[in-house]
Formats: sequence, C-alpha cells, structure tokens
Amino acid sequence: MRIDLNAIQAWIAPGSRVLDLGCGDGELLEQLGKKKGVTGYGLEIDPEQITRCVQRGVNVVEQNLDTGLTNFADASFDTVVMTQALQTLRHPHLVVREMLRVGRDCIITFPNFGQWKARWHLTFSGQMPVSDLLPFEWYDTPNIHFCTFRDFEVLCRQNDWTILHREVVSESKLGVTLKDFLPNLFGETAIYHLTR
Amino acid sequence: MSEVTALSYTCCSGNRQPLNNPTDIITLSTENPSASHEATSSAEASSVGLVAAKSHKFCEALPLACGRVLQDYTLVYETYGELNADKSNAVLICHALSGHHHAAGRHSPEDKHPGWWDHYIGPGKPIDTNTFFVVALNNLGGCHGSTGPAAINPATDKPWGPDFPALRVRDWVHSQARLADVLGIEQWAAVIGGSLGGMQAMRWSLEYPERLRHCVVIASALKLSAQNIAFNETARQAIISDPDFCGGRYLEEGKLPRGGLAVARMIGHITYLSDDGLAHKFGRELRSGSFQQGTGEEVEFQIQSYLRYQGDRFSSSFDPNTYILMTRALDYFDLAREYEDDPVAAFTHARCRFLLISFTSDWRFAPGRSREIADALIHANQSVSYAEIESAMGHDAFLLPNRRYEGVFRAYMQRVAAEQAAGLHR
Repeated sequence: MRIDLNAIQAWIAPGSRVLDLGCGDGELLEQLGKKKGVTGYGLEIDPEQITRCVQRGVNVVEQNLDTGLTNFADASFDTVVMTQALQTLRHPHLVVREMLRVGRDCIITFPNFGQWKARWHLTFSGQMPVSDLLPFEWYDTPNIHFCTFRDFEVLCRQNDWTILHREVVSESKLGVTLKDFLPNLFGETAIYHLTR
Repeated sequence: MSEVTALSYTCCSGNRQPLNNPTDIITLSTENPSASHEATSSAEASSVGLVAAKSHKFCEALPLACGRVLQDYTLVYETYGELNADKSNAVLICHALSGHHHAAGRHSPEDKHPGWWDHYIGPGKPIDTNTFFVVALNNLGGCHGSTGPAAINPATDKPWGPDFPALRVRDWVHSQARLADVLGIEQWAAVIGGSLGGMQAMRWSLEYPERLRHCVVIASALKLSAQNIAFNETARQAIISDPDFCGGRYLEEGKLPRGGLAVARMIGHITYLSDDGLAHKFGRELRSGSFQQGTGEEVEFQIQSYLRYQGDRFSSSFDPNTYILMTRALDYFDLAREYEDDPVAAFTHARCRFLLISFTSDWRFAPGRSREIADALIHANQSVSYAEIESAMGHDAFLLPNRRYEGVFRAYMQRVAAEQAAGLHR
C-alpha cells in the first residue's frame, strides 16, 4: 500500500462515510471498508482504474473532478479524501473548497515540489524535475499545478481552513531522518487533514 | 430502447425466423472487416449453443396498474446455464422496446444470427453462463409468443387489438416475479436491463427489494424527457395514421399497417444511432444514381436504403399494437412518481447494489440521465458504481461489442459470482 494511504487511515473514524476523489484502483476504500467498516464512493476517470475498483467491489463513479462536486449535497460525507490528485486539477483551490462543503473534514495528500531533489534538479540542470514519483515530462504531465508544503499552507490561511493534522512522509532514508526537521526540504509527500 | 437492429421474429407464429441482428451494423460500419470477423468467430466459440423457447401459462389473475385485470396469460422465455442447488445464481434479463426472450444462442444450426444480446451472454462472456442461470422472457404485451394485443381475447374470440390493457413497467415486473415463482427463484443474483429494460430493473429494486441482490441498469433513465416522448409519439402517429391500421383492428380486417410501422421504426432507428456513427457508416454515399448534370437520374443515398431496409424488416416481424403499447409504457415510466417525485426517496427502498453504464454518443438516453440515477442512489446511501463508456454507436452501443463495456460489466458480474461462491448472499 502506498505510504500516504497508510498514514491517512488513522484520521478516518470507524464507520464513517467517505468520498475518495481520484480513488485510483480503490485500494484505500477497500482497506477502510475492511478495517474500519467505512462506506463510501470513489470518483475516478481512468477506465482501467474504474474496472479495478469494480473488481474489488468498491463503489466507483466515473466523474471528472474538474467539473466540480455540485452533484453532492452539503455535509453529505464525514470525510472527503483526495490523494495525489491536487496537482492534476484545473482549479485546485476550488476543489478543496468543494471538499470542505461536501465533507465535515477532508484529507489531502500531494507531492512536495519543494523537496530538495526537485530544487536541486531545477537549480543545477535548469530543467523541470523528472523523478520516480513524478515521471512525466513538462509537456505531457497530468500534474499541472505543483506546489510546496509552504504554498499549500498559505492557501489554507487565505481561506481560513483549519489544519487539524499535518504529516510529512518520505520513503528515502535521508528523507525519513530529516523530514521532521526541515519538512519542506526533505518531505516527499504531504498529508493534510483540514476542516472548515 | 432499441434492439432494433437486434432481431426481430415473425410475429406470433410458431416459425421464428431471425431477420436481423446487431452484427449487420458492425459489418456495415467497420473499416476493418477482419476485426469484426474475429469478434464474430470468438463469439461463436463462447455461445450458449442451441436453445429452445419455453412457455408458461399463468392462470392466476394479474391486476394491472391501469385498474384492469388480466385473467390469464402466457409468458414465453428462454434459459441459459444451470440453476444451482440453492437457486442463488439466477439472473433476469429485461428486454427493451422491441426485444424478446431470445437473448442468446440459436434456435437451429441454420439460424443466421444469434439472440439479441449474444455478445454479452454465454460461457466466458460478461453474463457468464458457466456461473449464472440466465432467464430471458418476452414481456407481457409483446408479440413473440407472450400474451399481447395480437393474441386472442378469450372474451370475444377475436384478437385483442386495441382492447388489450395498457401496461406499465410495474406490470411487467409483477409478471416477471410470478415467472420467478414458477422457476423456484426466490431471489435473483442480478436483474439486468438496457434502456426500457433498465427501467424494469430499477422498478424491481423498489417493488421487490428483497428479491434481487444486484441491479444492472444500462443506458437508461429515471423517466423520459419531452424530446424522447416526442419521438415516440411521432412513431405512434405514423402507425395510427396508416389507413390499414383500422383503429388497431387490422388483424380482424385482414390488414397490416406496414408502411406506418416501417416509418415508426425508421424514426426510432435514427435516434438509436449517433450523428458521427451515421456519418462514419454511410456518409453521403450513393447506392444508385448520380448527380451528373443533364442526366436527371434519380439518386438514392445509402442511408435511405438502409433505413428502408430496417423499416421493412421490422414491419414484417413486429405487431403495430405492441409497438404502441411498449412505447406508451416507456413514456409513462417515472420511477419516483409515487415517491413524491423524489428519486432519492424512491431509492431508499432498495436493498441491492447497483451498476450503471452509459455511452458517450447516446443522445436518446444520454449519460446525463444515468448520472441522475447515480446521484439519486448516492444521496440515498446505496451502493452504486457508474461507468461512462466511450462509443460512437449511440444508444445501440448497449447491444454491440465494446472492449471497455465488456470489461467493466464482466468485472461486476465476476464480483456477483464471487459473493455467491463465498456464501455472502445468505
């Protein structure tokens, strides 16, 4: 299981109703269902991933997040989750706002563009970073809105969103050692738990 | 609502001749004949093989939504696969506007075409007959052997004609439940339908919530739009205004409003295909004549000839009164009418899980209509998955081969089978 998915589970209450935006193959919802009796739906646009969700018995609805969440009622979910999709959205801030309208709280994970490797790459090669985690060239990447941890926190402040929890994860040895000390430099993935 | 192009049989005669089939469309439309050939031969390898229709006469009166009662009636049906010991693997197929009980396999080795949903029913196919016991029937009011307007009214000894009671989707569902009783099926593993069939499947989930575990609704809607009703009304008027319609008593008069029915079918047929699909298949190709100046030659476009062919075939195999009855049932359907017009309130009564599928180029039952169903189910806190399949084939896409459609449908049905194998249905 992806490291950010593992960390998220602790913040989701047993038996709660969860909406997972960009749910991928449905692994998170499946695990939450099994371990915590969580019910809910995933939204996804990738045909292969949708079929995988169906295979797992996870509820999945084909819906493009860029068209908004207007079909979901206010506070109709306990938690709205979005893992590693923020940077792919046309209007990330509007989607987060929608997440907090539809859910009581929301959990968002995204890759940290402020991580030292990205900074190093841009500084010394003068080119956009390409890594294992973000393996695309600038022109064909689905990731169109990169941000750093600091950028995201500025957005939260501007919108008066309350940060309930924040965690930084890293899979590399160096990152694990240093991420608590300098998260915006050594953290690979950010996990934010927000509420209105 | 189509099935259209899916087959049609000689109306109400014992000698059923398949006349047409979705593969016609594929052959016409594909740019790569060998690809369609491969699809066909792999379909043969996974066919349910030779099948025979069965029928059951019901002698217990059936009260209908219109207030009238049908004293007795016959339903014709086919089954594929084996019913397991605890009768938990049964799947009901609900047909669309012009469909019937012959959904898969062939009646004789000479049959040119298999049943109308043969692409999706058979060993190893999405509705896998190695796993499921599949029941497909001809609905009440139909013209393929089940009691309908062309049958004899016992009270008059003449064909029912226009006196046959008006039917609603719920009447079909109640009669299907009685067929389930006869077959000893207490609970369906799944009730599945496309178009008007999807409406029946949804009605099942509300009328008999304990009698199905899964509901698969393909290219359907909570109710028809005004535009949709308009197409149906135009089709009905084409039939009714044919002088041979004789107020619906054409059988007594020894006539048949063929021209009217053919036009009705042509109208329907256009709406089941997409603009792109037609352009791709026919474009402005001519079948005969030319635009050579000075010749005054009569010109026939391929699309003209194709539509007329479809209309003619249909009009020699379908009962006009049944067409009127079925399109009215389609128009009148409104899932939430008795739930204060609130589909969310309606779906709170359901106990099954749902799979919804729509097709991008389907403008008669557009993806938006399926999304309305999905939204209502989500608001009602029901289990639902929804896939919007890319296809240029319009509404007819639900009958035709499509890799993604097959994949997601198969995945869902395998899940249904796995639940059953794990004993989760008990």
